[in-house]
Amino acid sequence: MDLSVINPILLVAALMSAATPILLAATGELVVERAGVLNLGVEGMMIVGAICGFAIAVETGSPLTGFVAAAVGGAVLSLLFAFLTQVTLANQVASGLALTLFGLGLSALLGQGYVGVKPPRISDIGFGPLADIPVIGPILFSHDPILYFGIFLVAGVWAVLKFTRVGLILRAVGENHDAAHALGYKVVRIRTLAIMFGGACAGMGGAYISLIRVPQWTEGMTAGVGWIALALVVFASWKPWRVLLGAYLFGGITQLQLNLQGAGVAIPVEYLAMSPYVITIVVLVVLSADKSAAPGSLGRTFHASH
Amino acid sequence: MKLKTLLASAAMALGLASGAFADGHEKTKVGFVFVGPIGDGGWTYEHNKGRLAVEEALGDAVETVYVESVAEGPDSERVMTEMALNGADLIFTTSFGYMDPTINIAAKFPDVKFEHATGYKRADNVSTYSARFYEGRAIQGHIAGKMTKSNIIGYIGSYPIPEVIRGINSAFIHAQKVNPDVEFRIVWAYTWFDPAKEADAAKVLIEQGADVVLQHTDSTAPQAAAQEAGNVVTFGQASDMGQYAPFPRVSSIIDDWAPYYIARTQAVIDGTWESTDTWDGIGPGMVGIGEISDAVPADVKEEALAMKAAIADGSYHPFTGPIKKQDGSDWLADGEVADDGTLAGMNFYVEGLTGEIPQ
Repeated sequence: MDLSVINPILLVAALMSAATPILLAATGELVVERAGVLNLGVEGMMIVGAICGFAIAVETGSPLTGFVAAAVGGAVLSLLFAFLTQVTLANQVASGLALTLFGLGLSALLGQGYVGVKPPRISDIGFGPLADIPVIGPILFSHDPILYFGIFLVAGVWAVLKFTRVGLILRAVGENHDAAHALGYKVVRIRTLAIMFGGACAGMGGAYISLIRVPQWTEGMTAGVGWIALALVVFASWKPWRVLLGAYLFGGITQLQLNLQGAGVAIPVEYLAMSPYVITIVVLVVLSADKSAAPGSLGRTFHASH
Repeated sequence: MKLKTLLASAAMALGLASGAFADGHEKTKVGFVFVGPIGDGGWTYEHNKGRLAVEEALGDAVETVYVESVAEGPDSERVMTEMALNGADLIFTTSFGYMDPTINIAAKFPDVKFEHATGYKRADNVSTYSARFYEGRAIQGHIAGKMTKSNIIGYIGSYPIPEVIRGINSAFIHAQKVNPDVEFRIVWAYTWFDPAKEADAAKVLIEQGADVVLQHTDSTAPQAAAQEAGNVVTFGQASDMGQYAPFPRVSSIIDDWAPYYIARTQAVIDGTWESTDTWDGIGPGMVGIGEISDAVPADVKEEALAMKAAIADGSYHPFTGPIKKQDGSDWLADGEVADDGTLAGMNFYVEGLTGEIPQ
């Protein structure tokens, strides 16, 4: 065992990067669920975002354009879900699962010409001398712009939900859509916008994997991250800062266990490997204990005539 | 996860329902169960190439169906059952974790022939087949030992099963032979295919000083991570992964299943199929060595090719004594060659490797 080979600074920097796809997707899903919609299609929207972002970044040579395309791709796919659940009043769970299946297939089709292609790299934000500060520099000031965007997104979503009229309306729709409707709010329109926002965030999360973390396109490359993001929203009791905490916790434990394995620590590898997922189980326990935190109308179908 | 399970079975039901209509029963129907997506660029990609080769070689006489990304364990039983119920005559299950499910389902469908890759349990209607990947690992180990400057070689393991442990031992023995100071750092990913996790594992190993990374997982993500790091050597796994040549990917182990798949399908058509155990290596061509790139010094390349030739003609066995086990006890005496039984069930490290095999 040789713990000195683990560099804690690199570890923290790596966990922030590892957590970002989950963070983006979970923040988007949080907004969707606060509006009272349960969209299980996160995985599908992520993988479609991953290939849209990858393809456009390769074609245009600009990774940032790729991220915009990923957001658009995720949002467009989520419109399908919005149409099914908000217009035709289909079951949300079934529609969400179908969206994931569809997204996985569609992305495989779109990505056929992109296997083995190298995407343009996104450069880290230049903070100049700040990046040279010992310890703090590598942790806080040496990342790509999307990572910072993820953190600002959490702060933004939190502020909007807590302090603004828009946030209040969104929460009202999620807590009691009949009451919100009676007050004159357009429930379907608000929910559709929330679903598109969630789709855009998931798409960017997927593109973060294909353009920054792995950088390459491989079929099925999100490999279940969307489901972890979904679980995280519940674990976080639908609160943005807790989503950030949860994502960093999950990403951190994942990185730490790989580091500990490499260093040859005498903890059985099985325990290390399962440790990030134990959180997911805890999530389910928390879910059953903390029902009050769920938005009142979550997953329920709304129609003005009911 | 539960939802993923649900999803996989839903996908499977959808995929197979559509196949049920065209059941004229003249064609021989061959099913394939894949552990990853066919576009993974590695393991499943090569199995699917074998499937396509069957279609091409036997034409109208066969019909093939496949289900990709099937989780190992109970999920795979459902997929196999569906395939058997839909009239498959021969089913290839292409991952170690399908071993018990294959045996279970084969017992329920005695008229359907099963072929399980890399396992060791057989029945009257279950054959096993595998490639001697460790032969390729020996060549990799030789090149790796010569190429490393930090003397730290990273190894991304999938699951601690004999096939993977054999590869680690074979690579280590040959790396140590040419470089006595070499050290292996092993990370178990507990997945066959998860690009993000494989990339993370590669990055961790590189951060810890490895300048050669060997992988026993199926995606090309570690290659991309090595390329990003700049001065790290990798090897293609299961497939050539030639898009990362000439550097970081300096060579590869390629699985060529096509001749076997064609022969076994033909045997079913002819009615001559019998339960067998096939374990072929470089000699018969089931294991190929991808082109050694110019990033490898010419003399090292020559030595590697000489070893390949010696393994192919049987004059050299990668596990030739004297070799001790990790705990220092004797395993093979001087000149003694490991028997297949020990190799097939290998569950120990050889001397010099650190760490424990997860049990």
